[in-house]
Amino acid sequence: MRAWTTLRALMGHWRRHPVECLTLLAGLAVATALWSGVQALNAEARASYARSAALLGTGSLASVVAEDGGRFAREDFVALRLLGWPVTPLLDGRLTRDGESLRIIGVDPITLPASASALRIGEGDERLTDFLLPPHLALAAPETLARLGAPADLPPLAASETLPPDTLVVDIGVAERLLDAEGRVSRLLLPPERAGEPLPAPLAARLRIQPEDAESDLDRLTASFHLNLAAFGFLAFVVGLFIVYSAIGLAFEQRKPMIRTLRACGVSARLLTGAMLAETIGFALLGGALGIVAGYGIAAALLPDVAASLEGLYGATLPGRLSLDPAWWLAGMALCLAGALAAAGGSLWRAARLPVLAPAQPQAWLADQRRGMRRQLVAAALLAAGSLAALALGSGLAAGFAVLGGLLVSAALALPALLASVLAFGHRRARRPVAEWAWADGRQQLSGLSLALMALLLALAVNLGVGTMVESFRRTFDAYLDQRLVSELYVTGRDGAEARDIAAWAAARPEVAAVLPIWRAESRFRDWPLEIYAFADHASYRDNWPLVAGLPDAWDRVAAGEAVLVSEQMARRFGLGPGDRLTLPTPGGGWEVGLAAVYRDFGNPEAQVMVSREAFALHWPEGDHRRMGLRAAPEAVPGLAAALAASFGLGDEQIVDQRALKALSLRIFEKTFAITIALNALTLLVAGVALLTSLLALSDLRLLQLAPLWALGLTRAQLALLEMGKLLGLAALTACAALPLGLAVAWVLTAVVNVRAFGWRLPVEFLPGQWGRLFVLALLCAFVAALWPIWRLRRASPLTLLQGFSNER
Amino acid sequence: MLEVASVSKSYATALGPLAVLDGVTLALSPGRSLALTGESGSGKSTLLHLIAGLDAVDAGRIRVGPAEVTAMGDAGRSALRREAIGLVFQQFNLIPSLDVAANLAFQARLAGRHDPDWQAALTRRLGLEDLRARYPEALSGGQQQRVAIGRALAGRPGLILADEPTGNLDEATGDAVLDLMLELVAASGASLLMVTHSTRLAARLDAQAVLRQGRIAR
Repeated sequence: MRAWTTLRALMGHWRRHPVECLTLLAGLAVATALWSGVQALNAEARASYARSAALLGTGSLASVVAEDGGRFAREDFVALRLLGWPVTPLLDGRLTRDGESLRIIGVDPITLPASASALRIGEGDERLTDFLLPPHLALAAPETLARLGAPADLPPLAASETLPPDTLVVDIGVAERLLDAEGRVSRLLLPPERAGEPLPAPLAARLRIQPEDAESDLDRLTASFHLNLAAFGFLAFVVGLFIVYSAIGLAFEQRKPMIRTLRACGVSARLLTGAMLAETIGFALLGGALGIVAGYGIAAALLPDVAASLEGLYGATLPGRLSLDPAWWLAGMALCLAGALAAAGGSLWRAARLPVLAPAQPQAWLADQRRGMRRQLVAAALLAAGSLAALALGSGLAAGFAVLGGLLVSAALALPALLASVLAFGHRRARRPVAEWAWADGRQQLSGLSLALMALLLALAVNLGVGTMVESFRRTFDAYLDQRLVSELYVTGRDGAEARDIAAWAAARPEVAAVLPIWRAESRFRDWPLEIYAFADHASYRDNWPLVAGLPDAWDRVAAGEAVLVSEQMARRFGLGPGDRLTLPTPGGGWEVGLAAVYRDFGNPEAQVMVSREAFALHWPEGDHRRMGLRAAPEAVPGLAAALAASFGLGDEQIVDQRALKALSLRIFEKTFAITIALNALTLLVAGVALLTSLLALSDLRLLQLAPLWALGLTRAQLALLEMGKLLGLAALTACAALPLGLAVAWVLTAVVNVRAFGWRLPVEFLPGQWGRLFVLALLCAFVAALWPIWRLRRASPLTLLQGFSNER
Repeated sequence: MLEVASVSKSYATALGPLAVLDGVTLALSPGRSLALTGESGSGKSTLLHLIAGLDAVDAGRIRVGPAEVTAMGDAGRSALRREAIGLVFQQFNLIPSLDVAANLAFQARLAGRHDPDWQAALTRRLGLEDLRARYPEALSGGQQQRVAIGRALAGRPGLILADEPTGNLDEATGDAVLDLMLELVAASGASLLMVTHSTRLAARLDAQAVLRQGRIAR
């Protein structure tokens, strides 16, 4: 009963201050919404990867794979079965048709173990018979089924709920035909209890056992993308907590007289703290629930962009719908509760220790914040030192984010002291009384606004940093496409023979300056997916190819078959450089070769090497020989394309104009960064809300502070203008501080995080136009946030202002 | 200097309009002082606020010197307060972001009538010389009220309006502050209208008026 009475007395404060109550709830909801929204997206993506991984059996089954990671002969499977190994073959690959990529998984349903549940054909003997016998049934997810319809070039399709999108499970014989991989297998699934046994001697030289708990390729490839998303979500959560901390701190200070009265009336410190704790938990549960609902909405809205990003970056496909996992709800609530308790911790501690007879100090919270400025500076220095240490000593993506986090938080902590010193300088230089007051008042107001300004600084700096990175990337990518897409027309024959005919036909055409074959094969290098490209030695490559580093005679060495070119991400991932030697897996065994140069490759996340046409023909005779580039004058391209189509009956997918390809690449690029830009905008929005809520929470106090000036002869319009000017000034100063910080963020992103996450480094471009836009955006954000509180001041009735002079106050 | 004629004022409440002042009339000549007393809620502070142009009358007329307050808009009333009136409040209402020296000079500088010699004399007479660099939060109640009086007088206004200027001070300090205020008001030649609960303090001014239920009782 006592507890209830105490709680009711405390809660009465929120009834009298509904704006503060809404501020607190908004802070909790916003913080939880962005965090849980991002977590929902990550969870959905990971669940999708897990389904893909389950298909390959990597979740519960071990695998026998080739030492070089590539496909191997079916005879090895037969040999193992004859030796009593309970293995089942699996052929995995991608089929491109009509410009779309389908994953084909070939299985042998007779030997498939029960634990590969996602691959089970299921539903009785009839379906199994249809699967095994011509025309052979293919299984696909319902959405894939709906999209594909009944294509003539594929077996009849049947629905399977357990499959991920854009994946077909077929009999292994059908897969061999579709993937043009007669007699080959990708891996042999093996029960985990046999994973510890050594492979028989003749096979152990070229095969090895991969344990069942190994990560899937998609998990590894996309880890950095999801870490990026999580980092953004966490940043938004921290910015949201700024609002919560500010609201709880202000409420504590306003309730101090009430807390003393309650203590004087016999409420124990323990009961009081307990009641305040219950109040905080109540707010956290309510705000968290609102945040989770909003988070679901955000996740659902962002899912198409995330799916586009993952498709563009990694070729990973996500379903178009969001599923609800109870663990996600609980995690969101738990984080909201933890955040609320962290934000309220200081106030709870002070409430428990508040002396009953201490004089009331309505400005104590603000004064305490001023004292805290020095402590903040020390913390900022320590964090900056930690960030530098992580930069110098750390490795890996987590250390990269530690550098970024340390940089951002230390700058945010140092901001109030920086602003205070600028305002103090302005105060010293001011000559007119109103200006003098405005500078001095700005310093005093700073303590109440510093948290919101810190949030604004973080949002602006991250926007600037990420914006600079994306724009630098866009420009570099544009130039890169010009370098990489050296041919005016790209042609793909239906098979190798037709490609040879096309090449001969093209070579005879007067408008074709050169025919450049582009051959391709897939393999694995040190357990990573590897693409091998073959190219013709031609000035088009020598003059244009975007080399990052190389030996002086790199092209000659590659042309002579002594060396290869390696993509930047492969070089960084495996610590390779020009002059090194590496062993590439080929169907005929390892090929030891030199590394002549490293080239830039933004096109895919996998390792890639480029070899001479002759070396490719020697080592990958079974490779894909269908593609070529044709050099021609741009004005001759439409006629050439038409002639090709007429002569060989080629479709649009087989004849690709360089300009169309470039436009498509740029479109994929834009989609890839859509999610980043959306989260950026949301973070800035949260900072704007933080500023608005701080101003609203302080507005009653501000009216009382401004009332004497009104009494001394300043009009409400003048005061409103001064208030707006001060806030815009503070926002402008914060934006000025955000500029160097944002550039530092851009540098860390491009030189540290990107290199560790994606394996390539970008040149940073300085974009003053973008700085100007962000500066205006900061002012706009402050202007919008200040409009309502300042309109209230402008419209404040004399009665409200007179409360400042009321004797009975 | 001050004429108040038939001034009425009421406020809207949940129970309907509440009449605070009902046809109040009084006058104050230049250089004279008047104490306005009455019970809590009798309308003393409201009348002071109306004279200062902090609030608008429902009916009646108020003139400060040549200016008719009741005919002015918000900007005009603000200008009048800036240039012709000095206000002293029970709560002191100093500007917390400015130090003592800046608080003292603030209104005079706002009115463009800052006189360094007069401010130096005021500072000396108010005993604030050693406190000029301090901020209001570091001053006692008596010290804060002395700064408020100095601020009100620094621009040499024609009318000083004081609302319970000693209400927040102990008796000895209150007496000392009042002595100082009366002396400085007399030296500046201003008129003084002071609201007070205390008949003892009221007796020290040239004239007294009593407000009862919104009307001048005597």
